[in-house]
Amino acid sequence: MKDTPNSFSHMPDERGHFGAYGGRYVAETLMPLVKAVEAAYKKAIVDPAYIAEFDSLNRHYIGRPSPLYYAERLTEHLAGAKIYFKREELNHTGAHKINHAIGQVLLAKRMGKTRVIAETGAGQHGVATATVAARFGLKCTVFMGEVDMARQKPNVFRMKLLGAEVQPVTSGSATLKDAMNDALRDWVTNVHDTFYIIGTVAGPHPYPMMVRDFQSIIGRETREQIMDMEGRLPDRLVACVGGGSNAIGLFHPFLDDTHIICDAVEAAGHGLDTDKHACSIAGGRPGVLHGNKTYLLQDADGQITEAHSISAGLDYPGIGPEHVWLHEQGRVNYVSATDQEALNAFQLCCELEGIIPALESSHAIAHLIRIAPDLPKDHLIVLNLSGRGDKDIFTVADALGEEIG
Amino acid sequence: MNRIDACFARLKADKRKALVTYIQAGDPTQDFCTELLMGLPTAGADIIELGMPFSDPSADGPAIDKAAQRAIKGGAPMVRTLEMVQKFRAQHSEIPVVLMGYFNPIMAYGVDRFCADAASAGVDGLIIVDLPPEEDSELKIPAAKSGIHFIRLATPTSDDKRLPVVLNGASGFVYYVAVAGITGGKSATTADTGAAVKRIKALSDLPVAVGFGIKTPGQAEDVACVADAAVVGSAIIDHIATGLDENGMPEAGLSEKVLKFVSQLAEGVRAAD
Repeated sequence: MKDTPNSFSHMPDERGHFGAYGGRYVAETLMPLVKAVEAAYKKAIVDPAYIAEFDSLNRHYIGRPSPLYYAERLTEHLAGAKIYFKREELNHTGAHKINHAIGQVLLAKRMGKTRVIAETGAGQHGVATATVAARFGLKCTVFMGEVDMARQKPNVFRMKLLGAEVQPVTSGSATLKDAMNDALRDWVTNVHDTFYIIGTVAGPHPYPMMVRDFQSIIGRETREQIMDMEGRLPDRLVACVGGGSNAIGLFHPFLDDTHIICDAVEAAGHGLDTDKHACSIAGGRPGVLHGNKTYLLQDADGQITEAHSISAGLDYPGIGPEHVWLHEQGRVNYVSATDQEALNAFQLCCELEGIIPALESSHAIAHLIRIAPDLPKDHLIVLNLSGRGDKDIFTVADALGEEIG
Repeated sequence: MNRIDACFARLKADKRKALVTYIQAGDPTQDFCTELLMGLPTAGADIIELGMPFSDPSADGPAIDKAAQRAIKGGAPMVRTLEMVQKFRAQHSEIPVVLMGYFNPIMAYGVDRFCADAASAGVDGLIIVDLPPEEDSELKIPAAKSGIHFIRLATPTSDDKRLPVVLNGASGFVYYVAVAGITGGKSATTADTGAAVKRIKALSDLPVAVGFGIKTPGQAEDVACVADAAVVGSAIIDHIATGLDENGMPEAGLSEKVLKFVSQLAEGVRAAD
C-alpha cells in the first residue's frame, strides 16, 4: 500500500515532510541525534527480535488488544447511528499513550541510552513514560508546567511513585508547550545519554511518523474487530485531537478506504469566537515550533499564543503535521467541541455506559452526540475512547460546583 | 561587499580578533535597548548580534528566554527590531549587524518582505537556530538574493559526516556552538574549542566565531586565542537583568554599566594573541 499513487497513508517523504509540513526544525546540535533516532527506528522495525518484544509487551504488559465495545445504551439514547467504542482507556496506565511509550523506550534501550525525558500536559504521557522507564530500569525526568501540576496532582504523584523526577516548568505559560521547550533544552544539553520520548505525533522527523506507527495498532485492531462483529468496515471514525496521536492511530490504517469518514474533534474551550480555545486547525496558521512546521495558534507577530481547554491533554497551541496535511487534502474533517459540550458528554457517558471517559475523549463523544441522531441506524461509528477520566474528576467537580475535598 | 566580509578582512589586516556582542532587541524597552545598541561599537563590539524576540526560544537558556519575554511585552517585536537596525545603521555605517533568532516570527512577517526590509535596514547576516541545512533553503536563498549572509552553526555533535553538510554552502562566518546545550550554560575548555576550530578550518576558509558559555573577559580572551571571534550574549543580558527595578524598568546609569562590561570583554579579546 505504501507505494500506491494517490495514497493517503504513504507520508512522510524521506526528509519527514507531509506535503509542506513536518520536517526537522531543530538546533544543529540535535540534528545528528535526530538522524540517529531515525536510523535506529528504521533498523528496529525490520528486526524480528524488536517486533517480538514489542508484540509481547503489548499483549502481556499493556493488555492489548483493547476491546471494541458496542455502546448499546448510548446508541439507543441517541437513536441514530450504531456506536462502538475502541476501549483504549482500558490499557495499562489508562490511555493510549502507553502504546508509543513502549515503542520508544525499546528504541532508547537499543540505542544504549540510560535516561529518558518527556513532556506532559495532563500527565498521561508522563505517567506512561515513567511507567516504561521503571519497567526497563532507565532514569526518567518528566517536564510539566506548574499550572498543569496544580490541576493534575494525582498524576504528579503517580509519576513520583514510579520513580520519575517531575521537573516543574515555570517559563512562558507554564503549560504543555513550555514543558516541551524545557524538554528540548534538556535534550540538547544531555545528548550523550538521553532519549526524548515525545508524547504526540509532533516534533522533528522521525517522531510524527514513529509515534503514528506505534499508535496505528489502534486502527489495525479496530479493522479486525469490526469485521468480526459486523462483517464490514465502519462508516465513520471519531477521535479527539490535540497533538493528534490517538486520532492518527485510529485513522491511519483506514485512510486509503476513502469512503470511510474521519472526524477529528479539536478542543474549542470557551468557543472558537473567543481567544480561549485550542483549535490549531480552525484557528491557527502555518508556522514552526518544536521541530516541525505545522498550524499554530499565534499572534500577528508570530508569537505563540496560549491554548485553552478544560482538558489539559488538548491544551496545546499546535497539532501534528500529518493532520495539517490530511486537513488540506480534505481527507479528515476537523471539527470542534467546547468545554461545556465536553462536560455534558462526560456526564452522559458516565450515566449511560458506566464508563468515566477522559475529558479529552469527551470532546469526541460531544461530537458524536451532535451527529449520531441524524444518521441512519446502519451507519457504523467507531469512537476512540482514548483515556479514562479518573484523573479528571477534580476538574469536573470544580466545573459542576461540587466539593470533593 | 557585505559588511561581515569587510569586517573580517579588516581584522585580519590588523591581526586582531573580533568581539561579537548579543543583546535581545527591545529588552526591556526599545528606548533603552537602542541607547545600548548605539554605544556598543565605542565600547569595543566589532560585530552586533541582535536577537529577534520569540515566545518559545527552545535553544536558549533562562537569561535569553526572560529577555525575550520582556521584549515581547512592548509589542510588534519584528517591526521594532528592524527600526533599531535602521537607526543604528544611520550612525554606524561599517559595523556588521546579524539578526539571530527563530524562524516563526520571520514566517509570520513574510519571508520575502523580511529579506527586503532587513536588507534595506542594513542587516548583514542571519542566524536562525531552528533552520538546519536541511530546512534552510526557504530563507537562505531569498536572503542571499538580498545580499544577506546565512550563518551556519557547527556544534560538538557535528561529527565527520555532519560537519561537511553544515559547511557546504556556509557564508559570512561559521558560528561554532562550543558546548552541547543551551545559551548561558556550561563553558567549554579552550583545548576542546581550539581543536574544534581547527577541524572547521581544515574544511572551510570562512572565519570562525565561537559562542555559548563565554561569560568573562578572561574566557573571551582564551577563545579569541583559538578562534576569529568570541560571542558573548547571556552574560551581557545578565548585566541588564540585574539592573532592572521591580517594574522591570532599567535603573539610572544601567546602559553605562553594561557598556563598561562590554569594554572589559573587548579588552580581553584585544589581549588575545
